[in-house]
Amino acid sequence: MGRLGSLGAALAAFAALAVLGRVLPNWVVFLTSLAFAKGLVALGLVVLMRGGLVSFGQGIFYCAGAYAAGLAMRLLEVNDAVVLVALGGLAALIVGLVIAPLLAGYRGIFFATLTLALSMIAYGVLNKAYVLGGSDGMNLHAPSFLGYRPPTPEAASYALFLFTSLVTAIAAALCRIHFDSMRGLLSIASRDNEIRVEYLGASVKRVASINFIISGGLGGIGGALAGLALGHIDPDFAFWTTSGEFVFLAILSGYASVTAVFFSAILLELVRSFSSQYFPNSWQMALGIFLLLVILFLPEGLGSLLRRRIRPRAAPARIPVESVE
Amino acid sequence: MQLAATIAIDGIIDASWLFIVAVGLTLVFGVLNILNIAHGNLYAIGAYTAASAVGWYYSGSGPELLGYLVMLGAALLVAVAVGPIMERGLLRLFYKRDEVVLVLVTYALFLILEDATKLIWGVDPYYAYEPYGLLGNVSLGGLSYVGYDLMLVGLAAVTGILLWLGLNRTVTGKVVLAVIHDREMSRAMGVNVTRVFILAFTFGVFLAALGGAFTAPKISVQPGISITVILLSFAVVVIGGLGSVEGAAIAALLVGLARSAAIHLMPSAELFIVYLVMAGVLALRPEGLFQRATLRKI
Repeated sequence: MGRLGSLGAALAAFAALAVLGRVLPNWVVFLTSLAFAKGLVALGLVVLMRGGLVSFGQGIFYCAGAYAAGLAMRLLEVNDAVVLVALGGLAALIVGLVIAPLLAGYRGIFFATLTLALSMIAYGVLNKAYVLGGSDGMNLHAPSFLGYRPPTPEAASYALFLFTSLVTAIAAALCRIHFDSMRGLLSIASRDNEIRVEYLGASVKRVASINFIISGGLGGIGGALAGLALGHIDPDFAFWTTSGEFVFLAILSGYASVTAVFFSAILLELVRSFSSQYFPNSWQMALGIFLLLVILFLPEGLGSLLRRRIRPRAAPARIPVESVE
Repeated sequence: MQLAATIAIDGIIDASWLFIVAVGLTLVFGVLNILNIAHGNLYAIGAYTAASAVGWYYSGSGPELLGYLVMLGAALLVAVAVGPIMERGLLRLFYKRDEVVLVLVTYALFLILEDATKLIWGVDPYYAYEPYGLLGNVSLGGLSYVGYDLMLVGLAAVTGILLWLGLNRTVTGKVVLAVIHDREMSRAMGVNVTRVFILAFTFGVFLAALGGAFTAPKISVQPGISITVILLSFAVVVIGGLGSVEGAAIAALLVGLARSAAIHLMPSAELFIVYLVMAGVLALRPEGLFQRATLRKI
């Protein structure tokens, strides 16, 4: 698929979702909005993972986005979802810019642990920051959409779902385009062997920083959307189990397919809500077993299933002709 | 001055059990290359088993001091029952995979064990207070300390020294060090790496359970303790340098002191001071305090 193809597919997916959102029961619509929001964060992680880095602290962006949206709503009385989500993405982007130089030299397990430490610091600070609601967090009310105020709670839920789907579709298409671009392919190359990439004349550090900042922005957008969908934010957004969930989503979907991330997110939310309904005391166990089974039997993630079906034979990789920067 | 002494002694007491747990985590990482998130659950299982065993023992009329042996026995029981099964039955299946995938596998184990503990022991807290008062109180610099707490410091020191001697002065220990250094080369030299894996992992479980068993009398054993412990010991291990026993000792002291300083001077910082120390150390020494040089493989 070319660039236009990706955008077209995204628009088609959005149209299909818009129709589906009308038909499906309200709880599915809510669950899907939340799953897409989390999927966006996981997509950011996939961007990083293509470059061989796994962050166990994606929660820091998730909470930065959510708290930026919450604060803007509370202090600046901004009510528009578009502005709120943009602010969330921007706030996380800034956090990313600040911590990227600190993290640039780290790889593998050290990168993972340092990101975890940073997000846990954020968690500790948020818990004690009474201005931001402390451990109780804060409530968000239903937003408006470019001047449109949904009259009923159902309409609000559908409107948020539409908006989330639109953001998700655009982000997915842009990521696909990024993945197939020169820089995106360089990520895969650095993952395989950084030294070779350096000898070929590209900067691994630059690739890693850009990926990190993209993942930050996506994390913030996801956090703001999740905050709006849930109507409540608290320090748990930065807790390590939240970050662990994003790693899980990213591993579950694998890094081959963008669409798979969102399918995985929906699957995870479904597994979670069904297991918490049917095994209220052991849903964590159900989730853990599910996770183990996926890692054991689908080593390349759900994305490998999608890809295999679409392209039965591996097409020869298209090598870009432009010169390496 | 008085305050500084209090902070130091509290910090050392805190560091003692933390060292026992964290050194198990670092050993497992050193040998098997697994950062075991479920280590905190093994601590919790050790604490629960010890609390149950202590409750059973003190309802009889055995000599009181033997309660400590019962706790030790509980930790051994957990290690033998859980260690080999977990390593052979589950972790083994993932050795060929990326080390981050292994972290995720242990995260799944963490979720499973968290609920399993609740299913076995319920959600009500357990108290095993009997052993705590047995050693009386000790006066140190004008302050009174519970003898049991000081005994824990001794236990940590003995554990550390035995582990160091075991690794550096025995043949088995040297074989373990060889596997840590280069797994493939050890195998080529005829070392039974599989056995070393089982041994090291089981010993790691034992250390987690030992830490749990001997802190059980100090705390109320209830759901959630595993999370606190894994977060702390994780920080200790990373600060000390993954896989380093000496590093774990220094880092446990550092974390213990930082925590007790925070509790005495700035209680609201207790939650994140540990991670602040960790980020600080990592920013200066990317691979922790005691990381060995690694080969850059092209």
